[in-house]
Order: sequence, then structure tokens, then C-alpha cells
Amino acid sequence: MADDRTTDIPDADPALFRPATFDRDAGERAGYSDYSYWRSTLRLFFRNRVAIFLLVLLGTILAFTFLQPLLPNQRSATAINLDPATGRQFRNLPPGAEYWFGTNSIGQDLWARIWAGTRTSLLIGILVGIVEMALGVAFGAVWGYVRRADRVCTEIYNVLNNIPTTIVLMLLSYIMRPSFQTMVIAMCLAGWHGVARFVRNQIVIIRDREYNLASRCLGTPTRRIIQRNLLPYLVSVIMLQTAISIPGTIGWEVFLTYIGLGLPVSIPSLGNLVNEGRLIMMAPELRYQLIFPTIVVSIITVSFYVLGNAFSDASDPRNHV
Amino acid sequence: MIRYVLKRLAQSVVTLFIVVTTVFLLMRLLPVEGYLGERYDKLTMEEREAILRKMGLLDPWYVQIGGFYLKLVQGDLGVSTIYRKDIPVLEVIAPRVPYSVRFGLVATAFSLVAGLAMGVQMAKHKGRFWDRSWTVYVVLVNAVPSAVYLLFIQLYGTGFLHVPILFDKYKAASWFLPALSMSLGGIAGYAMWMRRFMVDELNRDYVKLARAKGMTNSAIMVKHVMRNAYVPMAQYLPSAILATVSGSIYIEYLYSIPGMGGLLVDVIQRQDNPMVQALVLIFSSVGILGLFLGDLLMAVFDPRIQFVKGEGAR
Repeated sequence: MADDRTTDIPDADPALFRPATFDRDAGERAGYSDYSYWRSTLRLFFRNRVAIFLLVLLGTILAFTFLQPLLPNQRSATAINLDPATGRQFRNLPPGAEYWFGTNSIGQDLWARIWAGTRTSLLIGILVGIVEMALGVAFGAVWGYVRRADRVCTEIYNVLNNIPTTIVLMLLSYIMRPSFQTMVIAMCLAGWHGVARFVRNQIVIIRDREYNLASRCLGTPTRRIIQRNLLPYLVSVIMLQTAISIPGTIGWEVFLTYIGLGLPVSIPSLGNLVNEGRLIMMAPELRYQLIFPTIVVSIITVSFYVLGNAFSDASDPRNHV
Repeated sequence: MIRYVLKRLAQSVVTLFIVVTTVFLLMRLLPVEGYLGERYDKLTMEEREAILRKMGLLDPWYVQIGGFYLKLVQGDLGVSTIYRKDIPVLEVIAPRVPYSVRFGLVATAFSLVAGLAMGVQMAKHKGRFWDRSWTVYVVLVNAVPSAVYLLFIQLYGTGFLHVPILFDKYKAASWFLPALSMSLGGIAGYAMWMRRFMVDELNRDYVKLARAKGMTNSAIMVKHVMRNAYVPMAQYLPSAILATVSGSIYIEYLYSIPGMGGLLVDVIQRQDNPMVQALVLIFSSVGILGLFLGDLLMAVFDPRIQFVKGEGAR
């Protein structure tokens, strides 16, 4: 995305143009390079203004998601608000001073529900991301590095990969009862083999480099080679995959909820909120109940996606000069 | 060649067998209500047991799976229990396949044409206005959950174009939005692929050589670069075309299109187990067949692929 940058020429320093004198110590310093992988990565990353903006935005949203219940005058996301005068529910109140984002069809505060929903969905996204990574990296590392395992692992992968993701997700959520755990387990089982293949391909590329050959000749155990030589090289791509998998997971959550296999309605989640909004979208004056959750979903997913890609650009050593 | 085809075919058959068996065994874990029909809560325990016994569901699992494969070989996918009671699954499905296939083919064709054109344009203007604008489109389509933006297309698109909000087979105009929605993801995918392919390929030595010989840009594109694009296309297209049989689950449900994808959602929500099982079976076989044909076509198109053991066979 941002690989063509120009480097500014700094103002010429007159000191640079004086003849140098011989310095014995300077000769000793010649072989030293202050290149640091992480420093270069971070420097490149922070040069990308869009990425910084999104990082701050996402950071604020994340922090606010967890701070929101601690703030004063916040309502519970699941409490049904009653009108003290009549004792009836505050149904479908439009956004206003009292209820910032309005209330839904049974009188729950949409503002509180959106933040609670974001919490749930992010939690699912991050949990699934981590579990997928753990399974995928472990399997992928063995698959890529251990030659004898290649055949068996390839066959296992082919079988898993042949079943469409939608089918796996729908079938698993159908078989298990709708709950938070069901959601996480189904998505992990549906997604981990993609990660495994990705890690495997990366490892095949680097497994026969000279330093690995040297380690092998020195009798380093396979486990140690994978842990010390191979995986550190993959840290950046693994982080990227995790970041990119989060919007995907949130998307699947919305999809599963839509077709009736999502979380129970008692747990607010972005999927549930979008779905509630969808049910009443035919009434134009109630569309705020659909539009607010969708804006939040879109901001979060787009930010994660763009940040993941910006980070992967920055972490590619070919872009470090 | 024949050895490769046979080997690849055997692999597909084994995969299909494993998938079908797994699905069959998983379905045994389901709540039995899905086999009893709509009025299961009115039945006594004895009646329930009688129904289950009649359907063979109380037999040991190996007897069940044997019977299942025996019927499958004879082309019998079972009978619907709730969705359309006592009607064979195949009869329920038959009128629906044409809708899914027609929508799918239109969408595939549209996304191919639009996506490739977009990708070529992006590569041509790399880093400039068109590249950036289409990148925004690709990011939005990839990042925002499809369940969200497709909903908005339906909500505002139908009002904007003055077409009915749900699909109506007698009104030609109601075909447009679902087909467009189905192709959005494909357009983004093809465009990104085409862009990357062109950018990578245009720096290759063979392109430099051709240019040094004095070939025009268009001749280089048509005679050299595009030929290399056929191979990945050949691998992907059979899957894409065959996948039209299963339809788009979300969009068909959204617009109430009487196709295969919407059917799967329907039968899952109504817990019609035999239908779910049959549909999953069909969808997975279609997917496996698509990959098989894709690999074969790729082997035909790309003379570099060897038919002996090795990485190339994947």
C-alpha cells in the first residue's frame, strides 16, 4: 500500500565536508551495523499516517469498550428500562439526551448494548484468533519441517480444506447448543487449517537455509530448531494473520446470527444487534437501530484489516532500507 | 497423464468418503426431534421410539452407515421429515437448482469481467488515483462483514432502483440486485489477484526481453503475460462454476430466492435432519469435484506440471 516513498535529503551539515583525520578507534567500529528488525518495522509502520490514525481510533474504541461500564450514569446492557410515570417500557425511543443511541423494541439502552456487544464480539475474535494461531502454528510447523509427516499432514489438510467453511460452521453450530463456547469452538475448528497451511508454506521456504542446515549438523533437536530458528522468523506474519482473522471472525458471527445459529439473544453481540436492527429495518424511523451497530462493526473490521496489512508491509524486511 | 488422473481421482474419492462419513456420524449427535416431524411434542415416548426404530435410527452406528451407503449408491438421499414431509429430498431439491445455477453463472461471469478489468486498471495506474480508489473498494468488501453491506444494498438499492425488495421470478428487474450482490466479493478477489499478477509479471525477464525486441505493449500482454494467467484461472474456474449449484446461502435467504443456499438455512432452522444431511453431502461433493476438475484442467494447460511424484501435483 505504501511502498513508494521518497526519502528527504536532510539539510547539508557543513561538518560533513571537513577532511577527516585518522582515528584508530573509528577503524575498530567499522563492522558494526545498528540495524534492528523491530526498530525498522516500527519506524516504517509509524510513517504510515492512515495506520496511525486507525491505530489511535481502534485503541480508543477498545479502551472505551472496557471503560464504558465503569463510567457514571451508564445503564446495564440487558436491563429493560421502564417509564417511571406509567410503568411501561421505553420502546423504540429515538436517539436523544437521555438515551444517546435510543432504545430498542423492548426498551433496552442501545448505547450500552453496542459497547457490550463490541466487547463480546472482540472477545470472540481475539480468542478465536489466538486458538487458531496456536493450533495452526503447531500443526504447520511440524507439517513444514518434519519431512516424514508431510504426506500425512497434506492428506489431512486436503480433507479438511475440501469441506466448505460455511458448511463446517453451520453444521457445528447446529449440532452444539447456541452459546459463547459453541461459537468459539466452531470458528476455531473451521479456521485453523488455513493458518496451518500458511505456516507450513513459510517454513518450507526457510527450512533449508544454511543456518538450519548448520543446526541440524550440530545435532540440534527438531523441537529446538522449530522453536529457536524457524518460529521467530514468522512472528510478524503470524501477528498479521491474527489481526486479519479478527474482522473475519466478527463477520462470521454476524452471518451465523443472521441465519439463526448465533449467540442466544440474551448475550448482546454485534451480530445480535445487527440482526435485531434488521428485523425492524422496514420502518425508516427505526433504522437507527440498524445503522449504529453496523457503523461500529464497520469501523472495527476495517481498522483491523488495514492495520494488519500496514503492519505486514512494515514487517517485510524487503521494505527495510 | 492417465496415472495422474487416476491418482487424483482416488484422492478425491477417499476425501469424499471421509467427509461423508464424518458428516453422517456427526448427524447422529443431533437432537432426534429433527426426525420426528412437526408434532413431535405431542407424541408419547413409545410412539417416538417406534418412529425412530422404523427409520433405523436405533440400530448400531455401523449398521446405519452401511444402510446409508447402500441407499446412496442407489441414488436415494432420504426423505424430508419436516420441511416437506415424506417427500424425497431429490424431489425437493430439483426445482431449486436452476435458480441457484442461473444466479451463480451470471454473477461469476460478471465478477470475472469486471474484476479482471479492474485489476488491469489498478496495475496500469499503480500507486495513483484508480489504484487507490479501487483499493478502498477491495478493503471495504474484504473487511466489512458481507452480512452488513449486502443488507444495506438490499435496503437502499431496492428503493433507489424501484424494484421489489424480495426476489420475484416474474419480474426481470428483481434479478439485478441479487446478482450484483453475489459478484461484489468475486470482483474484489479477481481484481486483487489480477493486479498482483500483472505487477509481478511485468518485472520478469521475459517481458523485458520482449520489450527489448521491440514488441508493443499490447502484444506483450496478449501473447506472453495473459497466457500465464490462464493456468491459475483454469484451476479456479471449475470450482467457481460448480459452486453455483450450492448457491449463495446469505443472498438467497436475504432476497427469498427459491434456491439451494436459502434451502439449507431453512432446513437448519426447522431442524429437518435428513434434509441437512443430504444438502451438506451435495455441497461437499460439489466442492470436491470442483477442486478435482480444477487440478486436471491446470495439468492440461500448464506443460510444466509433471505427472510424476512431486510438489507440482498439488
